[in-house]
Amino acid sequence: MASILIAILFYFATLMFVVGLFYRINTYARTPAPLKIPTTPAPTTQSGVVLRMAREVVFFESLFKANLWIWSMGWLFHASLALVFMRHLRYFTEPVWGWVALIQPFGMYAGLTMLLGLLGLWARRLFVERIRYISTPSDHLMLLLLIGIAASGLVMTFLVHTDVIAVKNFFLGWMQLSIGALPADFALYVHLLSVIALLAIFPISKLLHAPGVFFSPSRNQVDNPREKRHIAPWAAGLEK
Amino acid sequence: MADVAAPPYRTIPIIPALKPGSMEGVKSFVANEKINEALGFPGQLVDDWHDKAIAKMGELLANYRSLKVYMDACVHCGACSDKCHYFIGTQDPKNMPVARQDLMRSVYRRYFTLPGKLFPKLVGARDLTRDVLDEWYTYFHQCSECRRCSVFCPYGIDTAEVTMAAREILDSIGYGQKYANEIIGKVHRIGNNLGLPGPALNDTLEGLEEDVKEATGIDVRFPIDVKGAEVLLITPSADFFAEPHIDSLIGYAKVFHATGTSWTLSSMASEAGNFGMFIGNYDQLRKIALRIREAALELGVKRIVVGECGHAWRVAYSFWNTLTGVGGGADETDRFAQMLQKQLDHRYKQPMHICEFTWDLIERGALSFNKEANDKHIITFHDSCNVARGSRMGDFAGGQFEIPRNIIKAVANNFVEMAPEQRASKPSAAGAGVACLLMT
Repeated sequence: MASILIAILFYFATLMFVVGLFYRINTYARTPAPLKIPTTPAPTTQSGVVLRMAREVVFFESLFKANLWIWSMGWLFHASLALVFMRHLRYFTEPVWGWVALIQPFGMYAGLTMLLGLLGLWARRLFVERIRYISTPSDHLMLLLLIGIAASGLVMTFLVHTDVIAVKNFFLGWMQLSIGALPADFALYVHLLSVIALLAIFPISKLLHAPGVFFSPSRNQVDNPREKRHIAPWAAGLEK
Repeated sequence: MADVAAPPYRTIPIIPALKPGSMEGVKSFVANEKINEALGFPGQLVDDWHDKAIAKMGELLANYRSLKVYMDACVHCGACSDKCHYFIGTQDPKNMPVARQDLMRSVYRRYFTLPGKLFPKLVGARDLTRDVLDEWYTYFHQCSECRRCSVFCPYGIDTAEVTMAAREILDSIGYGQKYANEIIGKVHRIGNNLGLPGPALNDTLEGLEEDVKEATGIDVRFPIDVKGAEVLLITPSADFFAEPHIDSLIGYAKVFHATGTSWTLSSMASEAGNFGMFIGNYDQLRKIALRIREAALELGVKRIVVGECGHAWRVAYSFWNTLTGVGGGADETDRFAQMLQKQLDHRYKQPMHICEFTWDLIERGALSFNKEANDKHIITFHDSCNVARGSRMGDFAGGQFEIPRNIIKAVANNFVEMAPEQRASKPSAAGAGVACLLMT
């Protein structure tokens, strides 16, 4: 019964995630950027912009310049999350891809550093006056949700092992619309329900920073306003 | 009004403790009916301001990707929280860039997002009440649109864009600011921000010719409205009026004279500053910039050179091509821009900053200097906010930091960097110009 409920919730959450994110990205892509506003000094070529964006997304360059504490905790969390995420591909693929098998041990320990990063980020939200001031309840809850996901996952990895073979069979079946049985483990339920919540709120929350950064005009524009005329359709209409 | 004390000088920078409300009493003058109506805005706060404001916000969100993405993307990480000079100077938490943005983001969430409609408290969403509106007026006029926060934001969120949107919404419901709107009225009515009419300009320029003759014995001309001149100089009107700006204009004239450049000012376009940017209004931004296009077409000039002013250069460098076609690279089918671009000489950047113009001539050996005459001065250079972070000079990213320093080093021996270890990677000390500070 619980397995069926979780399976259905997962379908809904995935649908919300995919449709919601597609809708958001589509909105960002279609909204015109009428003026050239890259934060300068900015790259003067398109390939330069790709490099700038890559530095921003992979290394969090601007955050590094801004604040080493936030950068170290934030980067630790995101880099760990990326590893953990890649490791989890093994539950959705049969046979497991070679590189996924290769990063398995790193992915396991990345769970610990992910939790560490999250706790660091939460500590600063709780104890730094300025950041406490700008925090809303949802900011705290979002961290709590991620901490719940990380902690429940770590419990299953290192303390109370769940039947991962059964979990994998469940998800392989789930992808084929055939629902099997999940192990009845508390930690597993917490883990999966939290992930469902995360997927569902992704397109309606600040998690939109992930697609948003790619559409930020101050980061993705080429610095060439004198060399090429840049004009939005609605602004061109004024010249008619 | 609360007491606001300048923070003491610290050799090791310490982030100030918060003083909530310390700047809530500082509200700049509201524009009167006459000023607002001259720009086509409602004279005073309209009765249905709430609905009008939300509708305007929706319109801006649909027209500006920057605003849309910036409203969604902030994660409240706090990277910007100690980066605003208004915050460092006043300790008012609402002057933290993220908190200033949140004044609008809270309203955005309430009216434009699902969680904000369902659970406003949870996500920090607020109704747009009269108190919130007044708070917008107060704190969105405590931002100089200097873009320092955008340097540090991991998503490049630029509070200046949010400030512009807020001021645009306020103007659209008759809650405009006196300083900005009155000045824009003067540009349209008289031709420049200071409201110097043609005869006063002519008189000033004649006076300058006499002053320079007296000081140097050389006949340096200050031509105005000369058809067929090669260079049209567009400079802030403060250069015609106030000390020490006027020394800049004298300097420009000397450079033109010494290099034998044929140049002219324009009485129609006697202003480089564009306050349309301060109020975030595209129509005003465009209308003010169109005067430069008209003057250039009318006088038949080949080059457009811009005098120094940070925000003015940002508009000229980054926006003029978009707004008016002053620039290059327009499509063949773009008749509006081509009309002007065919006339301009594209061996040179269009428009060109006076520093680019001067440095180019220095490099070509067209100017010679007696550097020792400046030995009595120890000179430093403070990067202007919008030159550093909103525009460029020269051919490569970061030319805006090199070229002005190159010029100083070419004319003087005692150049000292303020904080040499900082400059290369971050022009972070850059502040904001006189006009922008007067906005508050």
